[in-house]
Amino acid sequence: MAYNCVVLVKQVPDTKRITGQAMNEDGTVNRAALPAIFNPEDLNALEMALKIKDRFGGTVTVMTMGLPAAAEVLRQGLFRGADRAILITDRRCAASDTLATSYILSCGVKKLNPDIVLCGRQAIDGDTAQVGPQCAEKLGIPQITYVEELIKLDGKAIMVKRNLGNGWQEVKGKLPVLLTVLDTANEPRVCCAKQLMKCKTAACGPEVETQIRTANPGASDEQVKSMAKQQGELLKQKGLLIEQWDLDMLNADLQWCGRDGSPTKVHRIQSVVLTAKESKSVDPTQAGVDAMIHELIVDHTLG
Amino acid sequence: MIEVNKQGEVWVFAEQHHGKLEDTPMELISKARELADKLKVKLGAMLLGDRVGELAVKLGHFGVDKVYLVEHPLLAHYQTSSYSKVIDDLIHKHNPQIVLYGATPVGRDLAPRIASSVKAGLTADCTDLQIGTHEIKKTSEVYDNLLFQIRPAFGGNIIATIINYDRWPQMATVREGVMPMPVADGNRKAQIVMEKVHLTQTDLALEILSEHVQQKKVNLKASRVIVAGGAGVGSKDNFKLVWDLAHCLGGAPGATRAAVDLGFIDRDHQIGQTGTTVRPSLYVAIGISGAIQHQAGMVESQKIIAINNDPSASIFNVAHYKIVGDLNQIVPMMIKALKEKTIK
Repeated sequence: MAYNCVVLVKQVPDTKRITGQAMNEDGTVNRAALPAIFNPEDLNALEMALKIKDRFGGTVTVMTMGLPAAAEVLRQGLFRGADRAILITDRRCAASDTLATSYILSCGVKKLNPDIVLCGRQAIDGDTAQVGPQCAEKLGIPQITYVEELIKLDGKAIMVKRNLGNGWQEVKGKLPVLLTVLDTANEPRVCCAKQLMKCKTAACGPEVETQIRTANPGASDEQVKSMAKQQGELLKQKGLLIEQWDLDMLNADLQWCGRDGSPTKVHRIQSVVLTAKESKSVDPTQAGVDAMIHELIVDHTLG
Repeated sequence: MIEVNKQGEVWVFAEQHHGKLEDTPMELISKARELADKLKVKLGAMLLGDRVGELAVKLGHFGVDKVYLVEHPLLAHYQTSSYSKVIDDLIHKHNPQIVLYGATPVGRDLAPRIASSVKAGLTADCTDLQIGTHEIKKTSEVYDNLLFQIRPAFGGNIIATIINYDRWPQMATVREGVMPMPVADGNRKAQIVMEKVHLTQTDLALEILSEHVQQKKVNLKASRVIVAGGAGVGSKDNFKLVWDLAHCLGGAPGATRAAVDLGFIDRDHQIGQTGTTVRPSLYVAIGISGAIQHQAGMVESQKIIAINNDPSASIFNVAHYKIVGDLNQIVPMMIKALKEKTIK
């Protein structure tokens, strides 16, 4: 049978490439200095979904919640072979913690009624690994976390290998199911040239508007809106309009969204300044090293 | 939604596998004890499994006041669906104010599922927990005796303190190795509360076909001395210096993520934000520049020696002994010094 997969993806700042400019003087994060990337393990989830489609047929939909700029990761998804891209964007999503985020995403997933939901194990900006399991709970379906290998899909039965860090486990479950995928699961494919050519112009509504505004600096707001609408229709006909959903379209209950739907609040943020209490410079000579070792033995750090 | 309950107990999830308690939840007990004492409430532990009563006694020795013991053949092996069902019921029944889990693979699978079903907040991978007061400046509302959930965020570049004041319980997972193991006291006894549970085969969403446990090649957490190498060591061959010095000191060899990624040593030896958090008596950092992600995993070490040829390397900011020089010369000097000391 063919399978319909939804892959939940996230655009994240590249926290692995943090340099001096990435932190402001006051210890806050200078997001502008960090490149925004496709969360690495979400690429592994997408790859797993694409392999399922290659082998059994069906569809792959990439979905994200974020600002219009997050459409970039959806385009990346289309370039790799996803059939459909959905951006959930709404001011009322702002300040959502993992619980509110998973509620909103689950409302989106419910509309698609997929056989398999896939996401990366965790995102590199928060490293919480919570949204996957929380989405599964909201959808009322089982979760299988830390998936390293899809062993078998047979009708409604799924068999996977999980890597638990200190060993592995093979488990069998029944669809629908949510999988969180590890970076060791596969080697994500690069963008396919044919897809890239085909989907190069894919964009979401706000992006189309910005493009038109830049191209027609003299146009009035009304003119821009009307041109954007036309262009949007055109893209839609070609299947290149990145669908944009808001909370009303999701029939989301606002009490579970955004700040109101988020039990966790930030009390304080501190930048990390790690310093040793007292420090000594040791001469890079045998005598210097001998003296240091002697000190460590005397104060019982050694021996 | 669960309301604030200031009389609620402090709970830990006592994770066990095959009748053996995991380290991380045990480490949590000493911290949870502190929190419970401060709040003047009891410390409870949830113990789920099949015929695990013996462990309840042990939890008492380690300082738990009350063990909620749930025994059932279908709880013999951990599964998200069955365990989350039982814990969801326990939380609704007893209304604890704080629930803590080890940030183990099981804890990180289970806790978010429960957070979602009880509609409570959850902070992942905390490195510290405190009791504190939060004031909302705009409205001058004051919330006291809240759980401060402290964790590194943004790849370790910031430390965030998270709270939840309006929807409880306050829940967190806690990183392994960041809190000391409690000391057992055979005289301490916990009250054991037997909890009845109705489970059927349909509560198990998955079928576990096979399981294979692989012991880590090195036990970094238990080592008093750790000698760690970074990318600056240069090659897998040269990493022998790290092994040699570790051997001389009776310690364990560790590494940065960079050194692991370069293939100098196995991933089991990785120390840092991803990897193991350690707090040995002595930490020797060789050819490590000191990325914040690495520092997050070793800065609690009692003494730190850093060897690097770059005087501006940030590892020197946390080092007690700074040696600016060529590691290929310094490490053999240290080995020589140690051998001479032992001979004397």
